[in-house]
Amino acid sequence: MITYRPYLNKEFAMSLSTSDVEKVARLARLAMTPTEIEVARSQLSGIFGLIAEMQAVDTGGVTPMSHSQDLAQRLRADVVSESNQREAFQAIAPQVEGGLYLVPQVIE
Amino acid sequence: MTWEIVIGLEVHTQLSTNTKIFSGASTAFGAEPNTQADAVSLALPGVLPVLNKGAVERAIKFGLATGSHIAAHSVFARKNYFYPDLPKGYQISQMDLPVVGRGSLTILVEPLSGNAKPYEKTVRITRAHLEEDAGKSVHGAAQGMTGVDLNRAGTPLLEIVSEPDMCSAAEAVAYAKALHTLVRWIGICDGNMQEGSFRCDVNVSVRKPGAPLGTRREIKNLNSFKFMQQAIDYEVQWQIDTIENGGKVQQATILFNPDTGETRAMRSKEDAHDYRYFPDPDLLPLEISPEWIEQVRATLPELPHTKQARYVNELGLSAYDASMLTSSREMADFFETVLAAVPNDAKMCANWIMGEVNAQLNRDGLDMSQSPITAQQLGGILKRIADNTISNSGAKEVFRTMWTEGGDADAIIEAKGLKQVSDSGAIEAIVDSVMAANAEKVAEYRSGKDKLFGFFVGAAMKASQGKANPAQLNEVLKQKLAG
Repeated sequence: MITYRPYLNKEFAMSLSTSDVEKVARLARLAMTPTEIEVARSQLSGIFGLIAEMQAVDTGGVTPMSHSQDLAQRLRADVVSESNQREAFQAIAPQVEGGLYLVPQVIE
Repeated sequence: MTWEIVIGLEVHTQLSTNTKIFSGASTAFGAEPNTQADAVSLALPGVLPVLNKGAVERAIKFGLATGSHIAAHSVFARKNYFYPDLPKGYQISQMDLPVVGRGSLTILVEPLSGNAKPYEKTVRITRAHLEEDAGKSVHGAAQGMTGVDLNRAGTPLLEIVSEPDMCSAAEAVAYAKALHTLVRWIGICDGNMQEGSFRCDVNVSVRKPGAPLGTRREIKNLNSFKFMQQAIDYEVQWQIDTIENGGKVQQATILFNPDTGETRAMRSKEDAHDYRYFPDPDLLPLEISPEWIEQVRATLPELPHTKQARYVNELGLSAYDASMLTSSREMADFFETVLAAVPNDAKMCANWIMGEVNAQLNRDGLDMSQSPITAQQLGGILKRIADNTISNSGAKEVFRTMWTEGGDADAIIEAKGLKQVSDSGAIEAIVDSVMAANAEKVAEYRSGKDKLFGFFVGAAMKASQGKANPAQLNEVLKQKLAG
């Protein structure tokens, strides 16, 4: 199971490498030049440094939150409220055919 | 040396809501492409998800039906990956805090081979979480292009994850079937496997008894129980052969090809499993109060397993009969309606439903809900067997007539003259005339030729045009022949 809370500490922040940034860029489909990668590496390291500092605070007595606001999700009744607006939506699509949005061939 | 098989299932059930999980677009199946893809389904800039109460209610129902923990507080997370049928670039799912936690499902396993008896097994459920479905890719929609239909994008799914508790294809299929029955029973999913409403991923590994778990391979997207069994059988053999030939099983995602009966690994995409989950800032935590859970509990029908136990303990049916009669809610309702007509003859009701009714349904390619004979009509026939108005063979004739022509049992019995003769005077008269016409045989019988008894039964039955009450006829014959 993949956890979304990577264990962050000073060593981790210090060790953020060029290849870490390259990997994240690839996962996010971002094309970056070596100069941009170096800039991002230094900025991200700064952010991780800040996180590491916050990690050092004792939060033992505080219940973890998954959202910055201490509120509960509002729910919607299960009733259809949307009508067909395909024509309007597809007017701005680069390419459509037979009601389908067309994208470059994806081969599994 | 023998091998142990270890199987766990992940089942995606499409929830039977009217609208999508995070927007008010319709989820009706079969609409023209993209006519149900609203701004949220398309991930247009500026849209926000709003959670569907109906989807949460269905998750609670499932949790209650499996005795699972229902989280008072659960969280939606983003699962990030790129694919054209996922316009946001992430799927909204649940990770660390799913809506449904640990529970279990007890199943009746019918071994696929040999004379082994059916047995019960309890499969542990790890969790069930809410998430949104992706759209559909239509490959080759135009030259060198893939078409994308986002009608399905945002359809609510409940992904039900089991522990690796199953150790044969038969157990995996029994579990999947029990789950399929249950989700339809409690009305959270239509269970239509052709339309993709119930899709199974099967994790399979093998090991030597006592050894740690082997490396698993995941068979994706099985949408038939038959394919599931074939895929597991093939995969198990492949893993055993691979290891016995000195190879190693690599963790992989594989597909089953129903045409060849083989499994093959999907091209493994680099970074395929690096989903970078994090809590979705667009959605607040989902809170479920004990009051809400109790409200939902009040809407639950008697569950299959409870019904089975009642059929066995109170009606005296076998575990097998009870399991068959609770294979769907339609079946159980049918049985209980028939039983209302003859409350003391549960076994007869079970035999007729699983015998005559099922046979005719199979022959005509119908399911229970399409039966031309209603439960009330069948109850009318069985009532006349129970009060000795008709014999079992007479009842079958009534049934056949009713199946094709309709009508009520008493009218058919009357019209066809199927009423049994139970008047002892009339039966005695028939027996007397048969004995008088076969005096020689009577003498033979009395001198010890017992076998002739059958001849007298046949002759007397014929003389009554098949209408004599068989038990009574036997009795009278025995007495009179004894002299």
